[in-house]
This record gives sequence, structure tokens and C-alpha cells, in this order.
Amino acid sequence: MRHALAQSIDVLRRMFSSPLAAFLNVLVIGIALSLPTGMYVVLNNAQGLVAQISDTPQISLFLSMNAKTGDVDALRNQLTQHSAIARVEFVARNQALEQLKQSSGLADVIGGLDHNPLPDAFVVYPKPGEAKALDALRSELAKFPKVELAQLDSAWAYKLEALLKFGRTAVLILASLLSLALVAITFNTIRLQILTRRDEIEVSKLIGATNGFIRRPFLYFGAAQGLLGGIMAWLIISLSLLLLNHQIKALSELYASQFVLQPLSPGDSLSLLLFSLYLGWLGAWLSVARYLSQIEPR
Amino acid sequence: MIKFNQVHKRYPAGNHALKNVSFEIAKGEMVFLTGHSGAGKSTLLKLIAAIERPNLGSVLVNNQNVGVLKGRALPYLRRNLGIIFQDHKLLFDRNVFDNVMLPLQICGFDYRESHKRVRAALDKVGLLRREKSNPIALSGGEQQRLCIARAIVNRPTILLADEPTGNLDAAYAQEIMAIFKSFHQVGVTLLISTHDSSVLRDTKVRTLELRDGELQTASPGVRGAEPSEAANREASGGSQA
Repeated sequence: MRHALAQSIDVLRRMFSSPLAAFLNVLVIGIALSLPTGMYVVLNNAQGLVAQISDTPQISLFLSMNAKTGDVDALRNQLTQHSAIARVEFVARNQALEQLKQSSGLADVIGGLDHNPLPDAFVVYPKPGEAKALDALRSELAKFPKVELAQLDSAWAYKLEALLKFGRTAVLILASLLSLALVAITFNTIRLQILTRRDEIEVSKLIGATNGFIRRPFLYFGAAQGLLGGIMAWLIISLSLLLLNHQIKALSELYASQFVLQPLSPGDSLSLLLFSLYLGWLGAWLSVARYLSQIEPR
Repeated sequence: MIKFNQVHKRYPAGNHALKNVSFEIAKGEMVFLTGHSGAGKSTLLKLIAAIERPNLGSVLVNNQNVGVLKGRALPYLRRNLGIIFQDHKLLFDRNVFDNVMLPLQICGFDYRESHKRVRAALDKVGLLRREKSNPIALSGGEQQRLCIARAIVNRPTILLADEPTGNLDAAYAQEIMAIFKSFHQVGVTLLISTHDSSVLRDTKVRTLELRDGELQTASPGVRGAEPSEAANREASGGSQA
């Protein structure tokens, strides 16, 4: 046990014996990891936003200006009896004008109008279903009498979701490639270390060291380097979010929104650190395994 | 203890290092291995430690065929052997003490006990005063003794030495041979390769002579050394192939 402890201390001593090289390695790993992780954070946030909107899809029906009260009542009956519609809300044209006056600060301009330019409207809440069904419903409603325009408000959310799916795939590819790069970085670092400690490995093998014994300090080193790289990536992302959120807050206040980018959850942070530790360990393992297979007796 | 059975070893380059070598060394026996340089002495020692594998024949150590030993079992074979390398193979990134400590670290020896053992081994070869020095600061004879200390710290039952007196003057060589004899007296099996005539003058020790990879039949007058009292099995003598 004391030997294993001594070995761990030895690993740290070696790391700090060339602090600049060690720091640069950790920095490279940190940057490589922070790219896909950063994209993941942004996607996650966009995902949350989209989920909020597309969960409550709605179709706005704008009626033609010459629609009478009777027409409106007939339409309302038709809509409430439709099997795909959960709920209908009627917005009378006067009511819409009042809302516009209050919310937009355009009261003076609207006051100057000699007639109300807004039509009557229905806000239709369909029963939950697929995006395709919603689109079919919208076309159907557009053909109803006295309906001027049927607009699917959440259409863009579906488009964004498709875009996010694409983004997720892109993140996956990027993460795979950069993980490979991380393994390669560790592989090479360890290879160089092995070269400087070749004598020690050779002698140890000759006097009865198991491969596990020889591997151990290098595995410790690879894992420690990977973990530090993971911590570096976490710091890079947290710092970036801090800077970005400062700007986003100012921006979203203009839209009377509370939206800010959410940081990595504790679970995601832990996954990041464990994953980077594992990749460093893997790179070291591959490097030592390759070297050990070269020096087997023939 | 050690038994070669019609062993052939050929290197990829094509030169035959060992041809049809057969012999046996009993437990507790001390044997010299001699021959011109390039006769195959080092190869023979490497086969015992499974650093090389024979192309034909079998090498038995403790009745175990080490030629076909799996890589995973090799470390445990080597822990029973003390090897004194021709080129010493000392580590210059650590001091004398830590060099001798290495085999015990490898075996996962208890930390405090291993300190005692390292000191005992260094004391045996007369290097206790130099434990803090870097091996590079030692003389040739001292480096050789350090190598011996590292080989015996594990208390192996078999000691293999490859040209242990190679570049040493006669006085140093005598000193080293005296150390080996003391191991022989406590029952360690020794195989010492040498072409040092001053060492070989000791006719009481059985000598195996290699010539171009072939074992010569023991010349008359050279008799096997008596096994030490500690070893109760009788030396069976070299089997002449």
C-alpha cells in the first residue's frame, strides 16, 4: 500500500517537474473538451426553450373583415365540435385593439386611427399530436368559411427542433473526434515518458515486475492529466457562460424575458470529469500496452 | 534445479547461438560457464530467465519449462532468480539505496521490512556507507557489487551472473568471487559466466565450456563442486549430450 502511495506521489512529482509542459497538455485537453461540451450546453438551453413552445402549439385563425356575429358563432360551433381541437379562444377585434394599445405603447398612434384595422380572431389549441397532423389541421381550418388566414404559431419551433437534432448529431461527431484527439494526446505524452524511463521499465521487467506494476504509474499519470483537462474544460465553459450571460441578460430584458443560459448541471459536470479521466487513462493504457508488447521475449 | 534438454537457439539474423545444449545443475551447486566471447554464454543465461526463448528443446527451472511460460507467469519466475547483468543495468535516476529497493517494490514487500532487507544486502556487499550516492559516482567494482546487492535482496534460490568480473582487476574479482562463495555456502544455486582465467583457476568448481554454441564435454580433472551442506540433494553432474 505504501508503494502505491509512493508511486502516486512520484507521478505528481514528475508532473510538477515540468510544469509548463504539463500545463500546456492540460490546456489542450481542456480546450478540446470544452468545444463539444460548450455546444452541448447551448443546445441543451435551446432545447429547453423549444420544448416550452412546442408543448403548447396553437393555431391563430384571422377572420375576414366582413364576418358577422352569426358567422363567428357558426365557426365557433364548428371548431368546438372538431375532434382534433382541445380548446378555442375568441379574441374580438375591439378586444385585440385594446390589448395592442396597452402592450405596445402605441396608444397615441392607434388613437389616431379612424377605424379598427384588426380582424376578429380565434386562437385554437389542438389536441397534442404530431407536427404533420398540426399542419394538416391548419390547412383544413384555412378552408373554413370566413377564415382569412390560418397561422401555425409554433411552426418555427418545429423547424428549430429539427435544426437542434442536426446540432446534436454535429456535437456527437465533434465529441467523438475530440475524444479521439484526447486519447491521442495522452498516448503521445505517455509514449515520451516511457522513452525517458525505458531503462527503468526494462530493468523492472527483468527482475520480475508484472505488466500491471509497470503500467500503474503511467495510468495514474494519464488519468490525472485527463481529469485536470476535464476540470480545465469545466472552468472554460463556466467562465464563458458567465461572460455570455452578462450580455444575454441585457438582451433578454429588451424582450421582457428572464432567459439566461443554464450552466452544466452537477450530473453533467461529473460526467465530463469522469469521461475525461477515463479517456486519459485509456490513452495511457494503449501507449503502455503497445510498448510492453514490443519488449516481450521471443 | 536447472536442466537444459537439447536446446537450440537461433537468432533471426541466422547465426546459431546455441546448438543441442544439454546439462543439469543441482540444487545448491555452483557452476562456471566459460567460453570465448560470442560462444553463447549470455544467451544461455537469458534462456534460464526467459528473456529469450529456445527454438528447440526445453529449459527447466525448478521443473518448470520456462521456454513455454506465458508472459503473465514470467514475473514470478524471475522473482526467484537473482540476475547480475553484464552491463549492470543500474538506474542512474535514483540513489544506491533505491536501486536495491526496486525488486522489493516490485514484489510489493512491506515498506519497513524492505528497508531492513536493503540495508542487509548493501552491508553484505560492503556498500552500506554509499547508500545515498548515485550509482554513477561508484567505481566499476562498486557498481558490480551494487548489482549483486540488487540481485540478492529478494533472497533468490538461483543466482545468475553474466561476466561479473568482466572489467575488474584481480583484487576486485577475488572480492566478488568471495561474495559468491558465501552465497554458495548458504545453499544458493549459482551459475556464473566468465572468461576470466584467474577466476577459473579455482578447479574445485564445475565448469561448463561453450564453443561456438556447443557444450564441450567436461575436460578430465574438472570435477563438479560439492553441493553445500544447506542443499541436501546431490549434484547429479553435467549430463554429457
